[in-house]
Amino acid sequence: IIIITYYYYLAAMKLSVSEGNPHCIKPLAALQVTGVQVSVHYVNHDERVVPFLNRPVVPALLLPSGQHLFSPNVICRYLFEVKGQESSDLCNQWLEWEATSLQPALQLALHMAVLQGKGSEVSKVLQGHLNVLEQSLSKDNMPFLTGVLYYNRNGLYLHDLKSERGSLKTWFDLVAAMHGCQSTAQKVLQGKGLQGMKSYMQRQPVPQSSQCRDAPPCNSNPAEDNDRVVTEEEMEAAVLAWSRDLNNSCDSASRQYPILPQEGKRNILLTSALPYVNNVPHLGNIIGCVLSADVFSRYGRLRGWNLLYVCGTDEYGTATENKAREEGLTPQQICDKYHAVHAAIYKWFQIDFDYFGRTTTEKQTEIAQNIFWRLHERGFLLEDTVEQLRCENCQRFLADRFVEGTCPHCSYPEARGDQCDKCGRLINAVELGEPQCKVCKRTPIIRSSKHLFLDLPKLENELEQWLDRSFSTGDWTANAKQITRSWLRDGLKPRCITRDLQWGTPVPHPDFKDKVFYVWFDAPIGYLSITANYTDQWEQWWKNPQQVELYNFMAKDNVPFHSVVFPCSLLGAQDNYTLVNHLIATEYLNYEDTKFSKSRGVGVFGDMAKDTGIPSDVWRFYLLYVRPEGQDSAFSWADMALKNNSELLNNLGNFINRSAMFVTKFFEGRVPVMELQREDKKLLALVGWELQQYIQLMDKVKIRDALKHILNISRHGNQYIQVNTPWKKIKEGDAERQRAGTVTGVSVNMACLLSVMLLPYMPTVSQTIRDQLNAPPSCIQTILQGSGAFVCVLSAGHSIGSVSPLFQKLEADQIEALKKKFGGQHPQRAAGTPSEAVSLPSAQAEVAPVIGGDPEKAKQLTQAVAEQGEKVRALKAQKAEKTVITAEVAKLLDLKKQLLIAEGKKPEPAPQKGKKK
Amino acid sequence: MALRELSSLEKYLGLKKPNKYTTRGDKKIPVLQSSNGTQLVGLLTIACHLVKEAKRPELLGDSTERRALAQQWLEYRVTRLDGYSKEDVKNILQDLNLHLQDKVYLTGNQFTVADALMYYGVHPLIVDLSIQEKEQYVNVTRWFDHIQHYPGVRHHLPLVVVLRNTIYTGRHH
Repeated sequence: IIIITYYYYLAAMKLSVSEGNPHCIKPLAALQVTGVQVSVHYVNHDERVVPFLNRPVVPALLLPSGQHLFSPNVICRYLFEVKGQESSDLCNQWLEWEATSLQPALQLALHMAVLQGKGSEVSKVLQGHLNVLEQSLSKDNMPFLTGVLYYNRNGLYLHDLKSERGSLKTWFDLVAAMHGCQSTAQKVLQGKGLQGMKSYMQRQPVPQSSQCRDAPPCNSNPAEDNDRVVTEEEMEAAVLAWSRDLNNSCDSASRQYPILPQEGKRNILLTSALPYVNNVPHLGNIIGCVLSADVFSRYGRLRGWNLLYVCGTDEYGTATENKAREEGLTPQQICDKYHAVHAAIYKWFQIDFDYFGRTTTEKQTEIAQNIFWRLHERGFLLEDTVEQLRCENCQRFLADRFVEGTCPHCSYPEARGDQCDKCGRLINAVELGEPQCKVCKRTPIIRSSKHLFLDLPKLENELEQWLDRSFSTGDWTANAKQITRSWLRDGLKPRCITRDLQWGTPVPHPDFKDKVFYVWFDAPIGYLSITANYTDQWEQWWKNPQQVELYNFMAKDNVPFHSVVFPCSLLGAQDNYTLVNHLIATEYLNYEDTKFSKSRGVGVFGDMAKDTGIPSDVWRFYLLYVRPEGQDSAFSWADMALKNNSELLNNLGNFINRSAMFVTKFFEGRVPVMELQREDKKLLALVGWELQQYIQLMDKVKIRDALKHILNISRHGNQYIQVNTPWKKIKEGDAERQRAGTVTGVSVNMACLLSVMLLPYMPTVSQTIRDQLNAPPSCIQTILQGSGAFVCVLSAGHSIGSVSPLFQKLEADQIEALKKKFGGQHPQRAAGTPSEAVSLPSAQAEVAPVIGGDPEKAKQLTQAVAEQGEKVRALKAQKAEKTVITAEVAKLLDLKKQLLIAEGKKPEPAPQKGKKK
Repeated sequence: MALRELSSLEKYLGLKKPNKYTTRGDKKIPVLQSSNGTQLVGLLTIACHLVKEAKRPELLGDSTERRALAQQWLEYRVTRLDGYSKEDVKNILQDLNLHLQDKVYLTGNQFTVADALMYYGVHPLIVDLSIQEKEQYVNVTRWFDHIQHYPGVRHHLPLVVVLRNTIYTGRHH
């Protein structure tokens, strides 16, 4: 029995692995070899399995005690020890060498082989390490355990390298023959060999060659200057691309109304989550949907895709009704007012919608009711009586967001009626513990009312089949897949689609005539109706899954409605609707160290950004630079200034400005003749590689990652100019002058290339650069065609225009002032939030004018504070009533504050805890 | 550096005869030259060997699981703390701080050789922290202070002063 219990105990262990992650081969093979029972879970590369580590680390083994092992070697070692095989000193030594020396080298080798396509270079990096292995093997036997580990790391390379090395190969074959090793490798890499690791490798930090410490002495440093090694073939290809002609077939120069799908083109329908109308969007909202979608749509148009970008304001719902009541307007007036606010903000941010509409239109009613009837006719709607919370005091049913209480799942005390902000689960409002009307704070009563439900369980099968297809063929961000899977795992339940409200799309069914559609049924239909308001032929987009690819952009909280609920509505309607192919969800953007909060006035809101005097393009750049792609990120003023000054001003702007100035100053504004030498060709290859990475990443909507490659190019450029010193050479002999010309010509062409790559991110700056360079419009298509080509678009003799600086420095004091202005440290900023101000003692206003010290008064006050303190202590000792004590404590605090002022100190709302003693 | 750690460890373990060490490569990887002519290479390997030599196996962990955890943190020490960059510092301290939140020692409730080597490894990081940062990484600081006062461990390193009362409020509320 003890033995059985022990095995159950071990079986409680959980090994988390991810597909295509080479580190996972080791523990999986060790499982096979040792036969230890462990449940294996496949997770995403991004999943944070080990709670205390900063970065997601997989594989990880959850031990029976609840602790985690997160190193592949230690996991293997543990598994072997469970089976009674302890590791010797020699084994330890190999493990340590593997972890500290071989692994960093392999990481670099993998990076080169998998991501940079430089499989042939790998042997150089690993040469020394392989020699060490080889020598040791010829001398003595390698311990068994380490054998397994090495095989798995090395085998892949050896296969690829076709290494024919005596004893190393023998040993390698020996280990390979062992049960499980080879099949495990096959399984983890999905039989795709090295390429199976690609998605994993893309998420790893770029290894530095310097990290390969303790490279054995025979190993020459794999990469001399941290740069990629450029091969001869790459240089040849780069020169070929460079001398290509301009592509003059630029047909996508102007957009013609209406944009409709075209045969033989890539037809992309792009939506951004509809912002809710009664809130001014903050930076997090902007980066989460409209700005990200804008970058991708601009990029798509440059790539020659036939693309339609629609968005609009989501206007129905209780929040609007309530806001209208507050401002003494009708809901329609509120919507009109705020729709204009939104439109103006997005215009300032240069969001280039093809159409920015709204949900309160006739088309919305028409299409929503049509979908409703189709669902009804096909039996996908259920009728049920619902218990609802009604506030008798306010005389209305409480919409989900107007009730707060304790979450039934995680006991979070401030859960909303529809969803808990803490655990993220959906809640039925009547399940809340201690519900409270958010308006009057009274306890609502439960009343029943008849409602309609979308029968999700009935559609679940069809949904899953479609999701499988969409996941495998489209680009879904990891979080989108994960959230969707977790919804399906929990099982779908019928979802109510009606509400007892007035401000909404009316339910056409006679039995439900006083009800409207619930926003989550209604709002996504807004995408359709907004397109319908753009063109009568909207069905060519929305009922055309054969020709159209649909991209949805949103923040992660919106995922389930786009991946589960809305697709079910469309699938159930059985009308050949276009369903989402690519779902791009961001994580959250925080403000400094906290959350954006309208009610506390913390953070920068869309309408305030332009008041900062910082150009729209710089805002776009920084938001995209910190785009919460794959993980949460934060907006920080100091960081924004730093990025502006270091990246835009000193790196990008400096390079573009310098190269254009050289043309103006040294060559009378004409691009000089270029005679490419080896060094230039190497640069062309490097730049070409960055461009290709940019295109690969952008095609996959990795917007933030792609931006890094733009900045890499200008870094290469600055270095190139710095090394070649054209400003010196121009004053020397003919050969040197020629060299200065080549360097200047290549640089100014790089500047033009940069302007094209920047276009989706910073449209105004991008245009300014091309204006300054007088660049031909066709340069855009020329550079971004196919997999990207760095073409010499400004050939010798081309005259450039007048050159001026592109960016301005953000000064520290300017940033400090903005930081103060927009809260962060001063949550009581907003004048419009009186509730915050009340908590400050009223006496502050009276004493504030006393600036500077007043010793006489200070003496009196010291006395008064002491007396008041005595009084409070006495009251507490007597266990007096709480209200009495609170009042006296308030007086005491007031006196203390006055005392501080009298002593000439600042009456900061100091942490009161510190003062207790 | 590594050699001084090993010599402190020897003293802690009460080994009478000091071993002979050399180093290898730019990174000065320690090498133990044993009397029978064989070599052992690497800080982790040598440390474990010394513990066995001193017949103090409990310092490697007194159960399979704890042994694995001790190895885990020894590996973390040699892979993350040797040759760290500036950005790593924050990550390392955050990792440790969260991990140590509910633990007295790295592996739980028992002192192991991992605590000693980790202490030697993070010492240069901790010396550089401001008082405010020490408060921010309060669990690391608490653990660090405990280990530096653990009988016989500190030896070659200077004592780092840790304040007992917190002076910066607000961060943890």
